[in-house]
Amino acid sequence: MTRRAEEVIYPTDAGLYCVPGDFYIDPLRPVPRALVTHGHADHARPGHGAVMATRETLDIMAIRYGDDFAGSRQIAEGPVRIGAVTVSFHPAGHVLGSSQILIAPDHGPRILISGDYCRTPNPVCQPWEPVNCDIFITEATFGLPIFRHPDPMTEAGRLLTSMAEFPGRPHLIGAYALGKAQRVIALARAAGHHGPIAIHGALKRLCDYHVDQGIDLGPLVPATDPGEAQLILAPPSAFASPWVQRFRDPVLSYASGWMTVRAQARRRGIELPLVISDHVDWPQLTATIRELAPQEVWITHGAEDGLTRWCEIEGISSRPLRLIGYEDEPE
Amino acid sequence: MKAFARLLERLAFTPARNAKLTILSHYFQTTPDPDRGYALAVLTGTLDLRQVSPSLLKRLVSERVDEQLFRLSYDFVGDLAETIALIWPTDAEARAEEVSLSQAVTVLRETGKLALPGVIADLLDRLTPPERLALLKLATGNLRIGVSARLTHTALAMGTSRSSEEIEEIWHGQAAPFLPLFTWLAGGASPAVALAPFRPVMLATPITPEELAPLDPAAHVAEWKWDGIRVQAVAEGGLRKLYTRAGEEIGTAFPDIIEAMTFEGAVDGELLIRRGEEIAPFGDLQKRLGRKSISRTMLQSHPAALMLYDILTWEGEDLRPLPLSARRARLESAQFDSPRIGLSPLLPFETWEELTRIRAEPHSPVIEGVMIKRLDTPYIAGRPRGPWFKWKRDPMVIDAVLLYAQSGHGKRSGFYSDFTFGLWEGEELIPVGKAYFGFTDEELRELDRFVRKNTVQRFGPVRQLAPNLVVEVAFEGLNVSQRHRSGIAMRFPRISRIRTDKPASEADRLETLKAMLRS
Repeated sequence: MTRRAEEVIYPTDAGLYCVPGDFYIDPLRPVPRALVTHGHADHARPGHGAVMATRETLDIMAIRYGDDFAGSRQIAEGPVRIGAVTVSFHPAGHVLGSSQILIAPDHGPRILISGDYCRTPNPVCQPWEPVNCDIFITEATFGLPIFRHPDPMTEAGRLLTSMAEFPGRPHLIGAYALGKAQRVIALARAAGHHGPIAIHGALKRLCDYHVDQGIDLGPLVPATDPGEAQLILAPPSAFASPWVQRFRDPVLSYASGWMTVRAQARRRGIELPLVISDHVDWPQLTATIRELAPQEVWITHGAEDGLTRWCEIEGISSRPLRLIGYEDEPE
Repeated sequence: MKAFARLLERLAFTPARNAKLTILSHYFQTTPDPDRGYALAVLTGTLDLRQVSPSLLKRLVSERVDEQLFRLSYDFVGDLAETIALIWPTDAEARAEEVSLSQAVTVLRETGKLALPGVIADLLDRLTPPERLALLKLATGNLRIGVSARLTHTALAMGTSRSSEEIEEIWHGQAAPFLPLFTWLAGGASPAVALAPFRPVMLATPITPEELAPLDPAAHVAEWKWDGIRVQAVAEGGLRKLYTRAGEEIGTAFPDIIEAMTFEGAVDGELLIRRGEEIAPFGDLQKRLGRKSISRTMLQSHPAALMLYDILTWEGEDLRPLPLSARRARLESAQFDSPRIGLSPLLPFETWEELTRIRAEPHSPVIEGVMIKRLDTPYIAGRPRGPWFKWKRDPMVIDAVLLYAQSGHGKRSGFYSDFTFGLWEGEELIPVGKAYFGFTDEELRELDRFVRKNTVQRFGPVRQLAPNLVVEVAFEGLNVSQRHRSGIAMRFPRISRIRTDKPASEADRLETLKAMLRS
């Protein structure tokens, strides 16, 4: 008996549910069994009965929520049998430990859940890997043709130019604690900034973890005592808090794919917008769909209208799932 | 064009004046000719380019991008030029060598109307998204860069041996790509000076009664400080020009003044709207500013006039080295044939007490204080401390309630420093204005704490506040305004005091402000 895709997996209020495996993917509320694509807080939540994820994602969840974040945990290694499906994890290139999840029922379509993914080389995580599938369930955070992310090294160059032009002004970059912060640090290092970089307390444990995993971030100092550090990283929410008042005449910057659009930077009061994204941009998104050539594309969250329209033009069958609860760029 | 695009982008996101200066001066120092000269022309609004209509751009993009995808994108971006710059489908790899700003300007200047769509499309194909945005903003004449001519001149002077006053003195007569100007800035020969040039103006500094007391009244004259705009009217060698105090030409908006300039010389004074003997408020003058052409109806309903207070040249003679006493005598003996041009009268006073009384009772609401000038000094460009003072009328004040707050930039990053305040009308608080200065650093911290503890709702970066805090708002005047819900626009409002002693219910009412408008 061959199952239809809709009988294998469908969206629920708690997230995507796999029937023959009896598990959820990135569930939004506590469930008995969860498979987690990556450690961002809106995808990886505490309180599940059992969690399967990569070793790194499990470590990150433990760092964030404490060791008792789930009843039990299992490291995803190789293809694993769960109920009547075979499950495997494949690098997504989004953040450290991020994965796509392939679900292969015994009889029925191979379903690939992209999670959040990115195809631009990123020194802090493994590169995205193509996986053959029949149903491709993709994110579409930047699913409009205006999003073409520049080479991240160009953006790092712009940062260093501004720091040289305003040597007396601290440069504060808003960057999410998992992934973006470490990537920005690695980019600044690659662009030639070797001095100490100050980090907000909320970034410390995850930066330490990256270093433990063998990712070189260079000298880091606490932002409460930045010394000579001209470059300071903080979660974006810190910009609206009195924390930022300790810096004299700072240049506020923000590293995000949203910085492509000027109004987005203005709305946040950003002086130096840096277009550095951990998601696929429009050319990568559309190229991925062409490359994988699935029978059908399902769209989890983001700008689904744009991607749906593109699929229609290309003659690719698609449907939006309109999953609520995943942020456009999480934390 | 990459450097120019980056310059525009950085200026657009940089609010602080000093940071803008750094960015501009760095651009001028590192960009080769003739590109920097064309950029200078763009920044000062002196470049005449063929304008491309939004409908032409929409047509170009509709030939290349799916209509529905474009509409979704435009909805998200909110700006037509920016959407087109981002969505234009070029293969980045296939791009040829960089297009220079000069090449782009030449194309926009010289292409005929029929060839324009093809040429624009070809340029867009060859540019990166930030460059495309710069080109489209140029081509639609919609730059809104937020730098004044004066700021640009100051940036040009940085790192050179020339001052911004010297630049302003030779500015008129120079044109894109400004090669002689840059040669001169680098220490070379002076460029040719134009006929009827702008001459940098002499500015006054503020003074308090305490600072005034030790000065000798007999060594000074006083005039009204008019609430118009400071202009320099120059008629030399058959050319007639009307400049703002920053050297920007505004003659096209004031053909009635140009026509009245039948003299030969350069004079300094206040531009006002005058009906018969009555001088109209600043709001009336504002209706004529910034226009490329003026209708006949407007010329009749809003007739302009000049109130002169100084004379810089007369019939070929440079009078600036003379002391004010001699210049005033020359001004009074000069012949002006038009009723549109008159002199700003000297105020009769023997003691500072007398001047204080005069200042307290101006005969016209279009007076914002008095000017006090030393009789023995020549006309010195810039703002020398001492010879000229402005002594403004005491500001008007009202007690208003804080309604909204937004965080500041640069030195005020992280502080809520931009405030909207309101007055009572019935049981409701009506927003009447915004203020972002006037308070001390200590008061700023107090206001910031208040905002954080009293936020009731957030709209993006704006916080709505519980209406609990009264502030004293000082301002310089009022205008009728249809754009404001209150019907009134304040001039230079600032928070002069935090009135924690006063409950919100005792803040002023909107009627009080309206009564001030009538008085």
